[in-house]
Amino acid sequence: MTDAPVIRVRGLVTRFGAATIHDGLDLDVRRGEILAIVGGSGTGKSVLLRTILGLKAPDGGTVEVLGKRLADLDPDARAPVLKRMGVLFQDGALFSAMTVAQNIRLPFNEHTRLDPKLVGQLIRVKLAMVGLPQDAGAKLPSELSGGMRKRAGLARAIALDPDVLFLDEPTAGLDPIGAAKFDSLIRDLQRSLALSVVMITHDVDTLGAIADRVAVLLDKKMVVGTLDEIRAHPHPWIREYFSGPRGRAALESRGH
Amino acid sequence: MRGADHAGWAKSGRNGADGVMTLGGRWTLAFVPDLEAALGKLDARGARRVRVDLAAVEALDSGGAWLLHRQLRRWRDSGVAVELSGASDAQAALLERMAIAEEERKPLARPFEGAFRGLVERVGKGTFHTLGEARALIAFLGAVVTTWIAAWRRPARVRMTSVVHHVERIGIDALPILGLLAFLIGVVLAFQGADQLRQYGAEVFTVNLLGVSVLREIGVLITAILVAGRTGSAFTAEIGTMKVNQEVDAMRTIGLDPMETLVLPRLLALALALPLLVFYANLMALTGGAAMAMLGLGLSLDQFLEQLASAVKINTYLVGLIKAPVFALLIGLVACYEGLKVTGSAESVGVHTTRSVVKSIFLVILADAVFSVVFSWLRI
Repeated sequence: MTDAPVIRVRGLVTRFGAATIHDGLDLDVRRGEILAIVGGSGTGKSVLLRTILGLKAPDGGTVEVLGKRLADLDPDARAPVLKRMGVLFQDGALFSAMTVAQNIRLPFNEHTRLDPKLVGQLIRVKLAMVGLPQDAGAKLPSELSGGMRKRAGLARAIALDPDVLFLDEPTAGLDPIGAAKFDSLIRDLQRSLALSVVMITHDVDTLGAIADRVAVLLDKKMVVGTLDEIRAHPHPWIREYFSGPRGRAALESRGH
Repeated sequence: MRGADHAGWAKSGRNGADGVMTLGGRWTLAFVPDLEAALGKLDARGARRVRVDLAAVEALDSGGAWLLHRQLRRWRDSGVAVELSGASDAQAALLERMAIAEEERKPLARPFEGAFRGLVERVGKGTFHTLGEARALIAFLGAVVTTWIAAWRRPARVRMTSVVHHVERIGIDALPILGLLAFLIGVVLAFQGADQLRQYGAEVFTVNLLGVSVLREIGVLITAILVAGRTGSAFTAEIGTMKVNQEVDAMRTIGLDPMETLVLPRLLALALALPLLVFYANLMALTGGAAMAMLGLGLSLDQFLEQLASAVKINTYLVGLIKAPVFALLIGLVACYEGLKVTGSAESVGVHTTRSVVKSIFLVILADAVFSVVFSWLRI
């Protein structure tokens, strides 16, 4: 293993009509770290994630995931890269017409040629790893609670043991207890599967609990550092973000 | 990059009576067939204890861990003590997690009832569902009428801006497509009619055929079906989307009655616009028929009009037109009812939009059949 970043963004420009969202944005995600992306509403966090995932072509600059520029690859060359990425969308984005087990089976069917019996066993393993009871496998997404849907979405995201895991607001919509459990679940999985994790979050608790580094979208660029470095940053938005009542409470509970 | 990828391997050896298994390489999902083969070759026969050394394992993911766990369990089940060594903390933790997956074994697939039983069950459920829907639709009609009466008492509460807006969308915006459709149907009717009647030398009666069928049936039916597909679906989707976004709930909390603000203006607009559209469609279909008659049968416009006047009474036209408000009510009721029944997801919007169109077209044709029976009974 080398120390090449799993994700390298250089000089990214994103425009919507006349509005420029990102202007010369740089970002590196190191192997094996949990990087949290924060930023105010409308600063383009989700667009950044979509660009990294190759769902949107950059308007300028380059985005490399695992050494490949997804936007430039043809569909055949994309598959091996996609196989090494897992994504958890905000509400799980489970396919609503399929049961949870079928959802988790899909990446296996698409990218591997394993014995169906073994896949069945691996599905049980994934369900257990994300802390879902096994009878959730036969259920449809609409029969699950929001928290369970997120866990099921996570099980699908880690189905093929990806190198990089993307999380879009993993704790949004969960109660504080559920959110804390989800945080520790992500930390656990990250450690035991040696994942690199990129997550968008609004949750200051999550930052304090599990993020190795924090990336803040500020003035169309990225400010990256450990939580303590970021907290010492003089930018007024950051000051306000961490010194607001919510931010302070979350950080105090962490012992700062 | 991760260096040259090489499949995981496993070697078995002996240390006195104990088996010693040395594992190495990449134990990942990509190498499952190699790993299964390697594990199959391991030999622990006769050993009371097996030591498994993971020190040379470069990578272990849940796929590899599961295969290894299965092998360890087989040994344990046959009474062999297993001892792990050389695993990193993460690897040991991952292997430990595998045990959780085995604790319970609930089925992953939905239970499958027998084909026949399933069929009977679905038919039964479907029947009750349909009856329930019919009942609910009638209840909805009742609610609409109640709102309507309340609105008559306080006409200021009728949202005229909304009504006018919907009349424009239902009526004026539909003119081009409806006109073209009706014109073409007039052409086709005249063409087919002339073709058949020519055999009896009665081509001129094509005009009778055209006039009566268009004014009594075709004009209103085509218009209603087009409006059901175009406007009914739009109503359901709009109201459904508002339900998904909780806009309807927000309305209620502000004290607005969705019946009054969403349903009533749409129904009123439909009831106003549909008869007008029917008149327009009749005109266009007759124009199409006239064009065909003049080109294909060599009738002059005067002859066409004369023949038409002798074939068609004012009643013929009114019989068609009187159905229009009824059809409008059916389409609007079904569309708004389905829209308000949308729950939660975007998927539900799609389901109810489809249902809305199918149901309203079905009800329109059913109502048309009832009208036919009633009219023949009344000898109109």
